Amino acid sequence: MAEASYPDDLLYHAEHDWARIDPATDEATFGITWYAQDLLGEVVFFDPPKVGAQVTKDSPYTEVESVKAVSDVIAPLSGEIVAVNDALADSPESINEDPYGEGWLVKIKLSDRSEQESLLDSAAYQATLS
Amino acid sequence: MSPVEETLRRSPLHEQHLAAGAKLIPFAGWEMPVQYAGIRAEHLAVRRDAGVFDVSHMGQVETRGPGAQALLQRLLSNDVRRVPEGGAQYSVLCREDGGVLDDLFTYRLADCHFLTVTNAANHERDLAWWERHAPEFDADVTDCRDDYAMLAVQGPRARTVLAALADGPLPPRMHCCQRTLAGVPMLVCGTGYTGEDGAELLVAPGRAAEVWDALLAAGVTPIGLGARDTLRLEVCYHLYGNDLSEHGGPIEAGLGWCCKEGTGFIGSDAVAAARAGGAARRLVAFTIEGPGIARQGNPVAGGGVVTSGTFSPCLEQGIGMAYVPAGHAEPGTELEIDVRGTARAAVVRAKPLYRKEP
Repeated sequence: MAEASYPDDLLYHAEHDWARIDPATDEATFGITWYAQDLLGEVVFFDPPKVGAQVTKDSPYTEVESVKAVSDVIAPLSGEIVAVNDALADSPESINEDPYGEGWLVKIKLSDRSEQESLLDSAAYQATLS
Repeated sequence: MSPVEETLRRSPLHEQHLAAGAKLIPFAGWEMPVQYAGIRAEHLAVRRDAGVFDVSHMGQVETRGPGAQALLQRLLSNDVRRVPEGGAQYSVLCREDGGVLDDLFTYRLADCHFLTVTNAANHERDLAWWERHAPEFDADVTDCRDDYAMLAVQGPRARTVLAALADGPLPPRMHCCQRTLAGVPMLVCGTGYTGEDGAELLVAPGRAAEVWDALLAAGVTPIGLGARDTLRLEVCYHLYGNDLSEHGGPIEAGLGWCCKEGTGFIGSDAVAAARAGGAARRLVAFTIEGPGIARQGNPVAGGGVVTSGTFSPCLEQGIGMAYVPAGHAEPGTELEIDVRGTARAAVVRAKPLYRKEP
């Protein structure tokens, strides 16, 4: 998407990651922010992590790769990977075109709900970008 | 790197870059555009149409006087005598031990007047090397870096666009001439770094914006350094600092074709010995088979290292160049590259990796 956007229903990590938490299931979807995909440029490769792998808040859990560089993706929260976005193997550009929708990376079963208190809301995250 | 933040030099086209939506990055002491619309779209614009690159960060050294040819014959690996007036030649600059100090294009503007284009990061060192050896010859060496902005116009439509702006015929490939384009006097050179036809334009910095604006008005796409790298790597042109360094010689880099040891250039004995003995390692081109993109510094199993790696917009796969043991250099040889802990299968390919369809 051409214009920057930071939806209000997401929580943000300062390393340019977002989490969408489903309170009913304790699951969260992760992705990278508009700012991150813009900085990276066109994503040409995403090698998804394995379902069942553990991710740890503030630590890298996968990589996204543009023409010019590879970047670590930081987990905004801890938990176990329960799903990965396999569609990105064929259309990694979804990460650029729809970073909060089709460009999601993984779904996590959260291990510690209290961790989300340290994440930023949209306004606070955008304040870190200026 | 110095802990003190360096002041970046700005191209005379800085305002043009901002207007065209460039993302700017520090590059060899300059603030230069890495991309505008996106690397892939820019890359394909050059392969299919025409693109313009600002390469004003590149340096220029002028060598003139009765001994100019003799000085350059001593410094440059190629046979400078073979360059006619209005001709261009590629060569490397070697140390005594054959280590490569730079790779450069030299243009003979007149019988005793040459212009050599340097890589930005090497310019000061090249100039010092020129000045160190000049006193043995009847030649004057001048640093001309501040006298020129430099634009590269490349792609199948590049010559058509340039011809429509020019006051006379364009120089053929590997030639150069003075022309006025878009009302601006300049040196037009039939050279480039993309594998496409086109020209490089050396113009007074104060007039560069007029040329840029005329090219964009003619529908030429602005291209950043990101696509410059993917374009040159598809055709296996060397990038100094990646594929060439003072710690390696031209033979192992596959640049023996531009070394004429009989001329007695500095380093010619070492180059002759490497040629006769066969280099222990070779710079090869490879493609990644399957997913993944190798990057500079990734180790090759069995010895070797990737010196350049990227995603090829034309081949739509990971490509690169690597130094490998000479026994692994034949096209078709299977390699295994350690890409951040994941073993990726690669195959040595003939150069260039990308060829224009006939």
